[in-house]
Amino acid sequence: MKELNELNFPDDVKYTREHEWAKIEEGNVFVGITDYAQDQLGDIVFVEMPAEGDSFEEGEEFGTLESVKAVSEIYLPVSGEILAINEALEDEPEMVNKDPYEAWIVKVKPADVSEFDNLMDKTAYLKLVESEFDSEPDSEPDSEFE
Amino acid sequence: MIPGNQIGPGRSGLIIEEPLLWERGAKGRCGMSIPESDVPQAQIDDSLLGEGPNFPDLSEVDVVRHYTHLSLWNFGVDTGMYPLGSCTMKYNPKINEQIAAMPAFTEAHPMLPDELCQGTLRLIYEMQQALCVISGLDAATLQPAAGAQGELTGMFLFAAYHKSKGKKRSKILMPDTAHGTNPASAALCGFKPVKIAVNEKGRLNADEVRELMDDDTAGIMITNPNTLGLFESNIREIADIVHEKGGLVYGDGANMNAMMGIINMKKCGVDVMHWNVHKTLSTPHGGGGPGAGPVCVVKELEKFLPSPHITFDGKMYHRKTDLPDSLGRVHSFHGNFGVLIKAYSYVLSMGEEYLRRASELAVLNANYIKEKLRGYYFLPQDAVCMHEVVFSDKLQEEYKVSTLDIAKRLMDCGYHPPTIYFPLIVHGAIMIEPTETECLEDLDEFIEVMRAIAEEAKTDPDLLHNSPQRYKVRRLDETYAARNPCLTGGQ
Repeated sequence: MKELNELNFPDDVKYTREHEWAKIEEGNVFVGITDYAQDQLGDIVFVEMPAEGDSFEEGEEFGTLESVKAVSEIYLPVSGEILAINEALEDEPEMVNKDPYEAWIVKVKPADVSEFDNLMDKTAYLKLVESEFDSEPDSEPDSEFE
Repeated sequence: MIPGNQIGPGRSGLIIEEPLLWERGAKGRCGMSIPESDVPQAQIDDSLLGEGPNFPDLSEVDVVRHYTHLSLWNFGVDTGMYPLGSCTMKYNPKINEQIAAMPAFTEAHPMLPDELCQGTLRLIYEMQQALCVISGLDAATLQPAAGAQGELTGMFLFAAYHKSKGKKRSKILMPDTAHGTNPASAALCGFKPVKIAVNEKGRLNADEVRELMDDDTAGIMITNPNTLGLFESNIREIADIVHEKGGLVYGDGANMNAMMGIINMKKCGVDVMHWNVHKTLSTPHGGGGPGAGPVCVVKELEKFLPSPHITFDGKMYHRKTDLPDSLGRVHSFHGNFGVLIKAYSYVLSMGEEYLRRASELAVLNANYIKEKLRGYYFLPQDAVCMHEVVFSDKLQEEYKVSTLDIAKRLMDCGYHPPTIYFPLIVHGAIMIEPTETECLEDLDEFIEVMRAIAEEAKTDPDLLHNSPQRYKVRRLDETYAARNPCLTGGQ
């Protein structure tokens, strides 16, 4: 597991609370998962992707990532139609671990570009990740049964 | 010699190598004598012809040694403590096997007419009654082949109920502490699972349920105690909210081992629940044949239960099939009858008093471990737990020791590891369920080992990173195995 200062968060992508990144290129949005997300999941062994032409709402689950630890849902940062999926991930899911920002999962035609603009920038996302690093889960004794 | 202290009952022994059966066999070997065929030759349809599978030629002793050798590499509840959380790996009493092997059961053909299989039908009937008494519910079916099929049957019951009320509902509420099969079972039945996050105490909020429950929601699936090992103390209020909106409450019975004779599921507001007989009722976890996932329901849902219903008229037991509202069959014949005999044997051996005692001790044992390991491992929810307790590797993080390393080290010490990285909502979860069948001395030894491992994490983290060392294989490359699965032999 990486330390906070070992994680890579580029400036030129936007971020979600569910740890996806999104990048806009020529009006289309590429979506992947962040360095923090891949590090938390561990070695990814399977990427389940939607079909080209499928449409999803903002925040809707569009696929799953299977790691040696667990299966996790991935959520679409913006509503829109799937223009392409990264077929290379079918044979080499480890690309998501090696270079999470190159290993885009889907390319989306956004229905509403303002949704992209409203995503978190690096500073806001870094705060979120920092808070997850610091978070002490509630450890107050529960008095309910006492 | 393995570095580190000698802790726990685990030691190294002679490991016997064993090849695949295809490498062991030799052309022409045979384990049995097959009589000459006295069936006349006949033409077979071409579409049925082809190369058969590549079965190895083996003698009886080849087969017996092969599986005996494999069993020596294995670890089961008969080997030692198996604190696999969420799985209730209690000891399986041998009397269950003895009863299930009685020829009166094994030789009864499932197509015998009712009057010739009264014993079989009586067992089913009485087992249904017993499950109703323990759960507090009104009617039962023993047909489903496993817990997951029990869940699916439960979802079919939800759908049949709403259809009978004239309105199909499309959604179902699913706490994130639900068992993993719950959303799958609901989705398979056509319901869209709607996730509810538990609160900071690891429990469901009634207000959250109130907000999400509407007249397009079929109900809720609750695992209680939940997968954090905590009792859903708002269960009655939540059930009332769901019922007010016309929904039903599904109680996943996976964690019934904490509840027998103590909690009445019906009084909690549960309408449908399944049993995992391999957990709560001491039948084998696989390897001992197929499983069973009986389902209990409230009176109002009885008419929808799978057909046939087993009834008793005071003199005779019958299979009743004239059931217009029934879902129909979910399994052929009597369900997986063999394993139901074992569960029935357990229920009768224990009786009301000792089933309750089993649940009490299961809860006590988990809390004993929780208190004794407090401070050694992090407790994400520091509350009185039920039959299982969830720790995490948070206190070991600074030594770069993870849950996986702790689990692998435990193997070298002679224990099956606990459940790890589940529930998903706890980072680095270590989920320990000792069950009631471990005695105090064995619990203390396990606790000593867990404490020693916590110390090793500080002083010799590489010992943990390099575990296990006493088994036939060392740390396996799980990633490679998952990415390149080898699923065939004899190629």
